[in-house]
Amino acid sequence: MTIVSMRVNGVEVSREVPDNILLAYFLREELGMTGTHVGCDTSQCGCCVVHVDGVSLKSCTTLAAQVNGCSVSTIEGLANEGVLHPIQKAFAAMHALQCGFCTPGMMMSAVDLITGHGRPLTEEDVREGMEGNLCRCTGYHNIVKAIITASHEMHAGAGDAQAA
Amino acid sequence: MNPITYLRPGSVDEATRLRADFEEAKYLSGGHTLLPSMKQGLARPSHLIDLTAIPGLRGIAVEAGDAALTIGAATRHVEVASSADVLRVVPALAGLAGSIGDRQVRNRGTIGGSVANNDPSADYPAGLLGLGATVVTNQREIPADEYFVGLFDTALEPGEVIVRVRLPVPLAAGYAKFRSAASRYSVVGVFVVRTPQGVRVAVTGAGEGGVFRATALEAALSANFSAEALAGLSIDSGALLRDMNATPEYRANLIMVMARHAVNNMGRVSMYK
Ligand SMILES: Cc1cc2nc3c(=O)[nH]c(=O)nc-3n(C[C@H](O)[C@H](O)[C@H](O)COP(=O)(O)OP(=O)(O)OC[C@H]3O[C@@H](n4cnc5c(N)ncnc54)[C@H](O)[C@@H]3O)c2cc1C
Ligand code: FES
Ligand code: FES
Repeated sequence: MTIVSMRVNGVEVSREVPDNILLAYFLREELGMTGTHVGCDTSQCGCCVVHVDGVSLKSCTTLAAQVNGCSVSTIEGLANEGVLHPIQKAFAAMHALQCGFCTPGMMMSAVDLITGHGRPLTEEDVREGMEGNLCRCTGYHNIVKAIITASHEMHAGAGDAQAA
Repeated sequence: MNPITYLRPGSVDEATRLRADFEEAKYLSGGHTLLPSMKQGLARPSHLIDLTAIPGLRGIAVEAGDAALTIGAATRHVEVASSADVLRVVPALAGLAGSIGDRQVRNRGTIGGSVANNDPSADYPAGLLGLGATVVTNQREIPADEYFVGLFDTALEPGEVIVRVRLPVPLAAGYAKFRSAASRYSVVGVFVVRTPQGVRVAVTGAGEGGVFRATALEAALSANFSAEALAGLSIDSGALLRDMNATPEYRANLIMVMARHAVNNMGRVSMYK
């Protein structure tokens, strides 16, 4: 057993857990935060993506102990006091989900992709940058559209994707 | 996953001592090969010795006069892909790192882990063998030509730690990769390098014994560096992999196609699927 402490969506948490617990299960089972999904458990699907110190990673392929002392953001932390994040608004507006299982990971990857880019995304940027996220319902077109839309809102004033 | 004890040493010496203390211990770097294999029960280490907190194991440096590039073992793929130094002196290597898996894999996976693992479909082995790199461990320096021994097999002794890799800066390099659309690993990847001593061609994804040099292609390209020089050459499919992605014969053809693409696109990675 080991004591793992981290800041999750701004809140300090600390738990004594087995050394082999994966971050996804630390979040889901120890903290009861079930927004982070486990789809494949083989590092392929991206349903489990969270941010650690601002960088997106697959929490099913990361030990909680490896991120001891880090700052973790999950889907539960995206909305701000009930106000949806631009990516959430765009997914809702553009019907970018069917069953919704892949959605938390899609959104966490997308936010990291958009913020790391500095300007609105093109379709090519999105399709390449989102390679680590699979949607079993295969609703990719609307997901791509929603991410492009959110990238424009998040980088309002940063110029046009094509021109950049 | 089997129970483990997680350890986080602060120096290479401490890491090797821990490794000596626990027979079933394994080093952990990015964990993006080891943790999936532990989930499948293919690896059952008793202890994981995380190398990533060791100062000096992470980072990229260019030697004076741009002679060589050194990359710390715990340097993540994303750091190599976006490094201004790598982009300047060996852009194809930055492209290679940027072609690995997906963004989240690149945010965690490290060059040391990839090179230690020596997966027959991994990308870095082609880059290192093509560039004629040196693998620097806590004990010695191993030339790439001696380092990659076979399928998931390397010249590393038990407990030996890769500290960094040293890559001579070539005149030019190019990497062409045909990816499996599902796994994103190479079905065939060909890394072509021009050096003052001649051309080196390393092939990944295809060999039954892992990464290898295509010496006939090297000779032809050293005499005449052009895709035309490859016309009429072929690769023997005898020692090539057969799997759900491709037959040995298909791979043999793909090696020639990727070699032409690499030669025609030096200075970058070209990807196909
Ligand atoms: C979905 C997915 C897609 C991928 N696609 C690709 C791809 O397209 N191309 C590709 O090349 N790779 C791919 N990979 C593999 C990825 O690049 C891994 O990160 C890499 O192979 C291993 O690096 P790691 O740092 O994660 O090593 P780990 O998993 O931590 O370690 C791997 C092995 O190396 C040993 N080791 C680690 N560091 C050292 C060291 N410094 N000295 C000695 N031994 C050490 C460990 O003990 C272990 O046996 C993919 C992985 C995933 C999960
Ligand atoms: S559950 Fe982590 S990648 Fe699928
Ligand atoms: S909406 Fe169902 S898996 Fe993506």
